[in-house]
Amino acid sequence: MNHSAVASKAASTNSMLQVSGLNVYYGESHILRNVDLSVPEGEMVCLIGRNGVGKTTLLKAVVGLLPSQSGTIAFAGKPVTDISPDARARLGIGYVPQGREIIPRVTVKENLLLGLEASQGSGKGKQSIPEEIFTLFPVLKSMLSRMGGDLSGGQQQQLAIARALMGRPQLLVLDEPTEGIQPSIVMEIEAAIRRIIETTGVSVLLVEQHLHFVRQADQYYAMQKGGIVASGSTSELSQEVIQRFLAV
Amino acid sequence: MLLLQSVFNGISVSSVLLIAALGLAIIFGLMGVINLAHGEFIMLGAYATFAVQSGFKAVLGESGLSLYIIFALPVAFIVTALVGLALERSVIRFLYGRPLDTLLATWGFSLILRQFVRSVDWSLFIGIAVFCLLFFGGLAILRRRLDGQQTRKGANTILLLLSLGIAIVTRVLLGQTDATALTKPWFSARNVDVTAPNWLQGGVPIGSFQFPFARLFIIALTIVCVVATYWFLQRSRWGLRIRAVTQNRSMSACLGIPTRKVDALTFALGSGLAGIAGCAITLLGSVGPNIGQNYIVDTFMVVVVGGVGNLVGTIVAALAIGTLTYLIGSGMFALLLTPVEALNPLADFFTFFATTSMAKVMVFALIIAFLQFRPSGIFPPKGRTAES
Repeated sequence: MNHSAVASKAASTNSMLQVSGLNVYYGESHILRNVDLSVPEGEMVCLIGRNGVGKTTLLKAVVGLLPSQSGTIAFAGKPVTDISPDARARLGIGYVPQGREIIPRVTVKENLLLGLEASQGSGKGKQSIPEEIFTLFPVLKSMLSRMGGDLSGGQQQQLAIARALMGRPQLLVLDEPTEGIQPSIVMEIEAAIRRIIETTGVSVLLVEQHLHFVRQADQYYAMQKGGIVASGSTSELSQEVIQRFLAV
Repeated sequence: MLLLQSVFNGISVSSVLLIAALGLAIIFGLMGVINLAHGEFIMLGAYATFAVQSGFKAVLGESGLSLYIIFALPVAFIVTALVGLALERSVIRFLYGRPLDTLLATWGFSLILRQFVRSVDWSLFIGIAVFCLLFFGGLAILRRRLDGQQTRKGANTILLLLSLGIAIVTRVLLGQTDATALTKPWFSARNVDVTAPNWLQGGVPIGSFQFPFARLFIIALTIVCVVATYWFLQRSRWGLRIRAVTQNRSMSACLGIPTRKVDALTFALGSGLAGIAGCAITLLGSVGPNIGQNYIVDTFMVVVVGGVGNLVGTIVAALAIGTLTYLIGSGMFALLLTPVEALNPLADFFTFFATTSMAKVMVFALIIAFLQFRPSGIFPPKGRTAES
């Protein structure tokens, strides 16, 4: 684990998220092996790899849903390895999970208001949904009183992203936001994410399979068998790397 | 007229059932915790009412009796909510997602509570207070002084044994003194009676019958509790948090909701409602350590028939089960059917069931039959997410 400590020191300048030497187990099985990853401030980092290599596990460890056996996770310079997911959310990690995880028997409006729980120092004042949420996702405006569980998959995905934005996160963790969604909505979601990054300067950690979405990221990390096997700038993303790590 | 009287009585029985089931609808329906100690929370609320009444009697004399119930309601709520909170913090939070273990643990806790009200006296109370003071005080000090995981674990064990020992010695020493004030049980194992305040005695005369004020009061109390609970869950910020956590715990945590606090609050709220139910049943009869058992099965039935996690279902089911039980038990059906010659066999059938216990047999049989057709209750969850 010595080399990871050195690596983390080198990359710790201005990084929003810094994962060093992370090992995660599901019971007995070793899933993540000495993972090092860093998301620089204001940049978009994409995690690629075939199914079952541990991408979602890594994201879950970052948001705090899975405990890590060893290694550290630092967010905005602070170690967060041992704190609970709700405390991490309040520090500024917004999570859009695979499968959306919309609260089903709660209205769309209430789902959005739940996103406010993460925003620091939210006072007693009247809770309202900022207009920019509806500029990003116009569909949601007409659905406010519907139950979250009754929306279609694409609408739920937009709601999940909007909900994460409500907490004004500094780091947005997106797990396959375009999975199983019709192409026209995929375009909408991609455009919305691009706009979010431009307007708010949020850092993004993304797991994605769509190649042209991957190309919008600044950096990529490729995973295989629970470890990072390649990384670099997406502009240098070669055809060979794509062939090996993207399930296209 | 007789029918009206019966229906009124049925509704008042139902409202007791509803108020008892309301807390369970939250603990079992929303949180999914099978809390077999719920009946004992009701019993605790009843004893809290008795204690408040005795206190008022001692301080204010007979004149204090007219007001005690106003104070007894919040006291019963707070006492049972605190006991519920202690149970959740100390036992149940380690058992989420393990229904069988929860079942056994809460059943054990219900036995402890039952024996506690039988044998509690000042010496036991002081013993427990000494233990809490030493143990939790010691814990707080240790947490500040010690950092190492290993040493802290060892220190905790020593602390636990030490404070337990001191508490037991205190209790034994107090028990050996001759001061009867210290060793006289507060409630004893016998049933105690709570006298309704004088403004709840008597009733509204309608025709040849009377609608007792006490029962009208219980119905009004039930309505207030239902409306308040509904408002809290649907409109308040904490209510939204509770609904979110009960539907998707891990995602709620990722949104920044403090899930442990929400669990504790939800459990305390459900327990507190049981306390209010206990306060209400003191108006109907005497109170004993086993009174909770009379209610626990019925309340679980109400929640299951109504549809788990559905407040409206709980209300409808409580009204239906309560009224039906009363109407069958009081022989009302039999009475209505006797005049018609052709229906006499049916009338005989209902006469057979026209006792309190046989009425329950019939209602439970009906519930079993009903659940064959609607396994998820009167109002099953609907929509896209219902199947998953």
